[in-house]
Amino acid sequence: MDLTFTERDEAFRKEVREFVDSAMPAAMKEKAAAYSHFSMPEVMEWHKILAEKGWVAPHWPEEVGGPGFDATQRFIFSEEMELSGAPPLSPFGLVMVGPLIIRFGNDAQKARFLPKILSGEEVWCQGYSEPGAGSDLASLRCSAEDKGDHFLVNGQKTWTTYAQYADWIFCLVRTSTEGKKQSGISFLLIDMKTEGVEVKPMQTLGHTPAFCDTFFENVKVPKENLLGPLDGGWNLAKALLGHERTLVAAVGQCRRNLRLARTIAEKTVGADGKPLIEDPRWSDRIARLELRLRAHQMTNYRALAEQQKGKHPGPESSILKLVGSELVQQIDELCMELMGHDSLSWFNEEGVVPPFEHWVPSMFCYDRATTIYAGSNEIQKNIIAKLILGLPKN
Amino acid sequence: MDFDLSEDQQMLAKTVRDYARKESTVERFRKLRDTDGLGYTKEAWAQMGELGWLSVPFPEDIGGFGGSFLDCGLVLEELGKTLVPEPYLASVVLAGRTLLRAGDADQHAKYLTPMMEGQTTLALAYAERGHRFDPTQADTKATESGGTWSLTGEKIFVLNGHAADHLVVSAMVGDELGLFVVDGDADQMKRETLRLIDGHRGARIRFESTPAAARLSGGDAAAIIERAMDDGAAAAAAEGLGVLQTMLWTTVEYLKTREQFGSKIGSFQALQHRAVEMFVEVELMRSVTTEAIVRADEDGPERIAAIAAAKHQLGVGGAFVSRQAIQLHGGIGVTDEADIGLYFKRHHALMTLFGDVEHHVRRYAAGAA
Repeated sequence: MDLTFTERDEAFRKEVREFVDSAMPAAMKEKAAAYSHFSMPEVMEWHKILAEKGWVAPHWPEEVGGPGFDATQRFIFSEEMELSGAPPLSPFGLVMVGPLIIRFGNDAQKARFLPKILSGEEVWCQGYSEPGAGSDLASLRCSAEDKGDHFLVNGQKTWTTYAQYADWIFCLVRTSTEGKKQSGISFLLIDMKTEGVEVKPMQTLGHTPAFCDTFFENVKVPKENLLGPLDGGWNLAKALLGHERTLVAAVGQCRRNLRLARTIAEKTVGADGKPLIEDPRWSDRIARLELRLRAHQMTNYRALAEQQKGKHPGPESSILKLVGSELVQQIDELCMELMGHDSLSWFNEEGVVPPFEHWVPSMFCYDRATTIYAGSNEIQKNIIAKLILGLPKN
Repeated sequence: MDFDLSEDQQMLAKTVRDYARKESTVERFRKLRDTDGLGYTKEAWAQMGELGWLSVPFPEDIGGFGGSFLDCGLVLEELGKTLVPEPYLASVVLAGRTLLRAGDADQHAKYLTPMMEGQTTLALAYAERGHRFDPTQADTKATESGGTWSLTGEKIFVLNGHAADHLVVSAMVGDELGLFVVDGDADQMKRETLRLIDGHRGARIRFESTPAAARLSGGDAAAIIERAMDDGAAAAAAEGLGVLQTMLWTTVEYLKTREQFGSKIGSFQALQHRAVEMFVEVELMRSVTTEAIVRADEDGPERIAAIAAAKHQLGVGGAFVSRQAIQLHGGIGVTDEADIGLYFKRHHALMTLFGDVEHHVRRYAAGAA
């Protein structure tokens, strides 16, 4: 039993911190300090800075451009990125389709796609959900008809986050209606510039332009863009599920946002003329969330220690998603409460408590998504009930 | 970062687990609860001494096993699973570690060694009416006359206070706190046995110029008693982890067997999700307990934060588990006949002792500011 990081790990943490400090442009630092929102071009600017350093894909094997970090270093890296307030990179290429291409792609696909994901030259988005296929993803209907040298794709994908910026989309499509619904699904890579692809952005609850609907009307997709076996797409989708759950735990994000809560409480004056942080009613509430986060962080360390030994995360790691996603929301809610009237507008009046809470209302609204995306918390609970508790089918 | 137990630690945990399952079942606890007497047996205590469990956290030069506090936590977790009633927490953790910190070599030999061998039990008398969870304050007073100290005052909720052969008692010496040993058969001491909510026993003890057998003069008594409370809190978390695990898995088992509407009730999604939420809280409990036990021997703010996180989780997450365990059992859960309620009450005692959630949140928040 040893709850400390090794000297080597601590040295690595320092190296990451120093790199971020020296490499992040001044304007970006200013926005990070103000907890501001980053636009997609800014996200890609940071992507390219990390790519230059060779750190943009920490979990990729070295032979395809990964930096050769071990599990602990990957965790430290991700925690430092979150703590620094650097723009969160778009996960669709780096975290989602990239590892699938590495694992299931042929040599031509690897050579065609991986370098441009790394460099940031090509931006990806995800085409999984449909209006009629959310948690029950396997009931998806967007179809790809075999036309000899190409597939003809027709249908609609939704929640295609940042599709308006994307060059490529990876899609689960129906290639067969025979047998179990899971067995007729294939994994297609589609060029967004193909004729018949139409993107309709929509605003999120937080007034950010993240979500889109993406429509496919007689879209021709070359056969070589099929990833993995025909009708074998469901296994690819499942392969992503257990992936790096210590990263979805959002420990760094929670730590950073609790720091924000503390700052708001220090800078906001109560009716007695004193900062809210001096009122035990408020400081105790911040403390309670900090203590909950401590429990979450230690649970994440436990999962990390398992990964470091080379074990694949078990279904237990579903709890990291459950607890982390709820904590993110609870911290947002506390920030909003601390702000009082100031939580009522998207951007606060100059001179109120500048500039810390500028993005809190939007964050508070959008972060309702954390308990929904990446497998809703109810789906995670179904998984634990079945695989860990062994409860009977309903 | 490594959460693995050593082979010795795994072996220790397994030995205690096997013992608890075979020799000290919940039925045994229930019988002892329902009969007059100590609420536990001297035979079982002696056996624990022979097995070496009582000497786990003490250094080898005084006859201890030389283990860490983590080993103590493993013992307590296993004892918690079947509600073993012997006073391990009171005697080994609270009084034992306080004696170790504050006593000299002679006092170690006189009071600790026989306890480690299972020949005697100890108790720490710290709580007083009017001081809630602050052990550094006391109204009990100690005065010296002719080389002998005597104590006057009242201690409440003294765990194992009804039976201990030696009591470690805090009392004011002028305006400073001091620590004293009082023999169980001392004159001018009134011990009133309390039957606690959880079926354990303790005592209210009235000292009326009671002669102390010794003063423990090593170190700052207030700091040492505060450490004892932190040890107690970490130990309560460890035992609580055992208690909560049994509550979770007993409930899951019940969901798999109980039928209503022609189905196992564990097939209903509302109940499945509740059980999963219990599982999540137990896992978080395991995480914070590990940290609290490991950091209990450290100085500084990280110890206080880790202890607070453990008591917060025991009080909030643990309370959720214990409430829902009763709820999912339905009517039978509200009877004394069902074991689940015994665990419910033990959980309440553990979450309250050594500072409740409010106490630890405030202590942590005051330090974090």
